[in-house]
Amino acid sequence: MAIKGAVVIDKERCKGCGVCITACPNSVLALSKNVNGKGYHYSEAIIDNCIGCTSCALVCPDGVITVYKVKL
Amino acid sequence: MFNPDIIKPENLVYEKTNVLTDAVMHYCAGCGHGTTHRIVAEVIEEMGIQDKAICIAPVGCSVLAYNYFNVDAIGAAHGRAPAIATAIQRMFPDRHTFTYQGDGDLAAIGTAETIHACNRGENIVIIFINNGIYGMTGGQMAPTTLLGMKTATSPYGRTVELNGYPLQITELLAELPGTYYITRQSVHTAAAVRRTKKAIRQAFENQKNKKGTSLVEVVSNCNSGWKMTPVEANKWMVENMFVKYPIGDIKVDGEKVKK
Repeated sequence: MAIKGAVVIDKERCKGCGVCITACPNSVLALSKNVNGKGYHYSEAIIDNCIGCTSCALVCPDGVITVYKVKL
Repeated sequence: MFNPDIIKPENLVYEKTNVLTDAVMHYCAGCGHGTTHRIVAEVIEEMGIQDKAICIAPVGCSVLAYNYFNVDAIGAAHGRAPAIATAIQRMFPDRHTFTYQGDGDLAAIGTAETIHACNRGENIVIIFINNGIYGMTGGQMAPTTLLGMKTATSPYGRTVELNGYPLQITELLAELPGTYYITRQSVHTAAAVRRTKKAIRQAFENQKNKKGTSLVEVVSNCNSGWKMTPVEANKWMVENMFVKYPIGDIKVDGEKVKK
């Protein structure tokens, strides 16, 4: 059974600390080249192999990550 | 990037709890305060005690905690949060009064209040964030600063001759008969966050059962005070802070489990 996940990042609230990037077991996240309204390089998904483990959301200090998971 | 079919309310597995307000936190990027706030808020939500919880905000980085917790809150004078929590918990014994303090507040100026509240065995929960530095005022030396650690007021590193030893206040409080549950946790990885959440849940359950004082120390980073990036600060914390402040339960059910 395949598990597919997705993360939604509130980029305007993200401060680009990068803690979620080291927490992700599948290297889904990276800091964007673009900046948000406060000038931070926000975190964003770069590849589509999220498994919805919620590790990134658990370590996020600002609670900006929402995680979805579906069993296919 | 992702298949939009996945992003539906029925597939939701994690989102920010409503016990935290939508205000953007003023903490530095990567600070453990935000994570700890979220864990405390999640425990309050899971236990269904939002209308009964009362937060006592300290002085320090977390002085504005009442802007973020969607519960009743009072800002205490510097270090006096356990004294205010004592009063509130005695007036409303069925409420859940918790203090949220940093190491400058709990272990420096508020040592007397902390020790006496714990010695009386007040039925309160104390969340203690230990980052070994005064973050809010610009990175000065705290009682919990490690030996050799460079801060604004110990630019050549903390020495025993001049500054004495780092204060392990959590171990000190575990000696007091009034404390019921004392633990030290961290929030740098997902596994650590889960353990900390369990510990905070245990602390609030103890309060519900009127067992006495519960204290959860969270060893945290202060990346701006330590002059590092958040990820480097977490690594430094594991290598250095955890040696002096080892993670684990210190006192469970009123019995010390660790020397």
